Amino acid sequence: MSKKISIDPITRLEGHGKIEIFLDDDGGVENAYLQVPELKGFEQFSIDRPVEEMPRITPRICGVCPMAHHMASTKAADAVYNVKPTETAEKIRRLVYNAYILEDHLLHFFFLGGPDFVVTPSAPPGERNILGVVAKVGKEIGLEVIKTRRQIREIVTHLFGRIIHPVGGLPGGVSKPLTEEKRQEFLQKCKDAVGFAMEAINIFNKIVLDNDEYVKLVTGDIYKHNTYYMGLVDDKNRVNFYDGKVRVVDPEGNEITKFSGLDYLDVVSEHVEPWSYMKFPYLKDIGWKGFTDGKESGVMRVAPLARLNVSDSMPTDKAQQEFERMYDVLGKKPAHNTLAFHWARLIEALYAAEKMVELLEDETITSDDIRNIPTDTPEEGVGIVEAARGTLIHHYQTDKKGIITAANLLVATVFNSAAMSLSIEKAAKKLITKGKLDDGLLNMVEMAFRAYDPCLACATHSLPGNTPLIINIHQNKDIIKTIRRD
Amino acid sequence: MAKPKVGFYWCASCGGCEEAIVDLHEDLLVVAEKIDIVFWPCAMDFKYQDVRDMSENEIDITFINGAIRTEEQEEMANLLREKSKILISFGACSQIGGIPGLANFHDRDSIFQSSYGSTCPSVDNPDFIVPQTKTDVPEGELTLPAFHNTVKSTDQVVEVDYYLPGCSPAPYLTLNAINTLLAGKRPEKGTVLAPVKALCDTCDRKDSKPDKIMLKDIKRVSEVELDPEECLLAQGIICMGPITRSGCTQGGEGRCIKANMPCRGCYGPIPEVQDVGASMISAIASIIGIEGEENMSDEHVEKIMDTVVDPAGTFYRFSLATSYLRRKLNDYAKDNN
Repeated sequence: MSKKISIDPITRLEGHGKIEIFLDDDGGVENAYLQVPELKGFEQFSIDRPVEEMPRITPRICGVCPMAHHMASTKAADAVYNVKPTETAEKIRRLVYNAYILEDHLLHFFFLGGPDFVVTPSAPPGERNILGVVAKVGKEIGLEVIKTRRQIREIVTHLFGRIIHPVGGLPGGVSKPLTEEKRQEFLQKCKDAVGFAMEAINIFNKIVLDNDEYVKLVTGDIYKHNTYYMGLVDDKNRVNFYDGKVRVVDPEGNEITKFSGLDYLDVVSEHVEPWSYMKFPYLKDIGWKGFTDGKESGVMRVAPLARLNVSDSMPTDKAQQEFERMYDVLGKKPAHNTLAFHWARLIEALYAAEKMVELLEDETITSDDIRNIPTDTPEEGVGIVEAARGTLIHHYQTDKKGIITAANLLVATVFNSAAMSLSIEKAAKKLITKGKLDDGLLNMVEMAFRAYDPCLACATHSLPGNTPLIINIHQNKDIIKTIRRD
Repeated sequence: MAKPKVGFYWCASCGGCEEAIVDLHEDLLVVAEKIDIVFWPCAMDFKYQDVRDMSENEIDITFINGAIRTEEQEEMANLLREKSKILISFGACSQIGGIPGLANFHDRDSIFQSSYGSTCPSVDNPDFIVPQTKTDVPEGELTLPAFHNTVKSTDQVVEVDYYLPGCSPAPYLTLNAINTLLAGKRPEKGTVLAPVKALCDTCDRKDSKPDKIMLKDIKRVSEVELDPEECLLAQGIICMGPITRSGCTQGGEGRCIKANMPCRGCYGPIPEVQDVGASMISAIASIIGIEGEENMSDEHVEKIMDTVVDPAGTFYRFSLATSYLRRKLNDYAKDNN
């Protein structure tokens, strides 16, 4: 009879998430399952909605990264109407989109995943939170995080109406122009943000890279998976969050395909398991080979490290320097180290800040030419962006009036669903032996999961930065031990 | 004196309501000092058992966000009601069903079909495997909560004391509500803790809203360039301002109208409104005019209303779960499991 360890509720993605770990008779880990126990059915109730309303409906999939859905939806609506946004509108979209990536990445590093590193993985749970981070790096920096996030979020609120569930995207453009006065104000704030993003990287470098134990943890085998990687790149194969082509590389870094639009259906398939509402996407050509990694398995990864792994370089100078430094330390590209997602996240935050400065230094961003009114008959379209947590695809079909007849949504965290399951299983197997469990070990299992920054309202809203954990060890249907994380 | 005990819980929601609480920024720290948070699954460890072990009315104020879609959510709503002196329905999903409530246009089978079946173009699932409440895996059994056929608001399941509207509620409204209750004030039961005025009455553009609006047809936001200062209804755009509660544009919040986009009704109806969609239709019908004529014939009004695409999904965008339409769907649900 297997023992069963439940970690519930660990987190949520459209609801709570749950991790089940089964122990064999010797107390070793037999298997681990990541379950998502909720479904909302957006694909179905999108039907009959006007396509231009989709950017206002789909953000409700997730209140943590509503901008990602808003933008994927807006771009899908562009494609349905075969209309391009004006140059100015595209600049404004890129500005708010990079703003979202920046503030979201900062949230994760300082409040959520980051405390594991900054405070140390084995520290008491009560210290592994934003307060612990502040204690370690100083109050000034803590306040700076709050201030920077607030200022960046204000840019989105100003231009797109609201930060939670933005409304500014329309097929062919945006709803509001940027004034010269605001341009100057935002430019200064973004310059400050570049400085702060640099500071965040310095903190990471000082605390993590100057510590051999940390470097071992990051580069060690517990948190490592040889998988395929997927992410958007521009025409020079550089990271791009807003637009470009999706590039897929194999575990050795060779490009296996590059696609856009409807071609996603040739590249990606989704596997269904009866024990989770979350689906498991995989590379169609390689096939679903179960929960296993390597070149023979179609399991892929998305999100910060995946994006850097599929890119040849970063588009901005400072981010490029950090990109080179990261791969120097990790020794190899693609890097398969799950914990390096944190590092890649900070490099992306720096790029996002630099990109915003670049966009705001261009005075033409204040033009009033923000709309192209669609004239073509609507039909079908795909919008792809990089959400903070990875590639996000919205695919709509409409009737001749632009009313949705079918919708398909491939959500960033879902792309990582198989890989997250693998990472949890591997970490559990390596760390839990002979039924020995303690809080530090469980945190290290959880770290495997948190590195992906899965879009869990839970973790993201977690003010103390502490994902709740309850571990029940079952034997013959009795709970023989309970470990709690407070 | 002991600090008031406060709980937060989420049901079928997106997390935006939690984000809205975090968006209190420094104010949150000030509030947190005045209260004792006893239950907040997103922020701290808890077990359902902890709540079960509490005595009746042990929690002073509980905020519930999200709609009710699963058995577990219904159970928790009941449990928290029993343990709480004051239960606040927080956000549009909890108050009126919200966007998840749009699922009530459909049933479970069609939702499964479009998520896991052949109508989903990226799914490879020839045997149509769908999630089960119990699955035997080699190592043991895995369970999932059942997926209900209909979405409900909180007050369709338990008694609610107050409501905080919005998708998501503006942080200043949340702060006002907490401060009001902490000061010992108790508004009348059932009060929506937001301004009673309609959005139109507080709108920056209200001066350009004519008594009668001369329209030939209703336009879609994608079809026209919108004037940033003129009333959106006057521009032929459906805006839910006439019957939607205001509050979203105050307190320094930027909201839809300020981004030059029409209201979709997330703050729920003003007090006199029973059914959001029906009221909106009559509100529009009553202001549509035709040049040179005092009143338009019903036929004319109907013709113009026919130019509204997706009237049900527009007028009931956030309120389908609590609308009269829903009752029909409920009957349907009863007949079909």
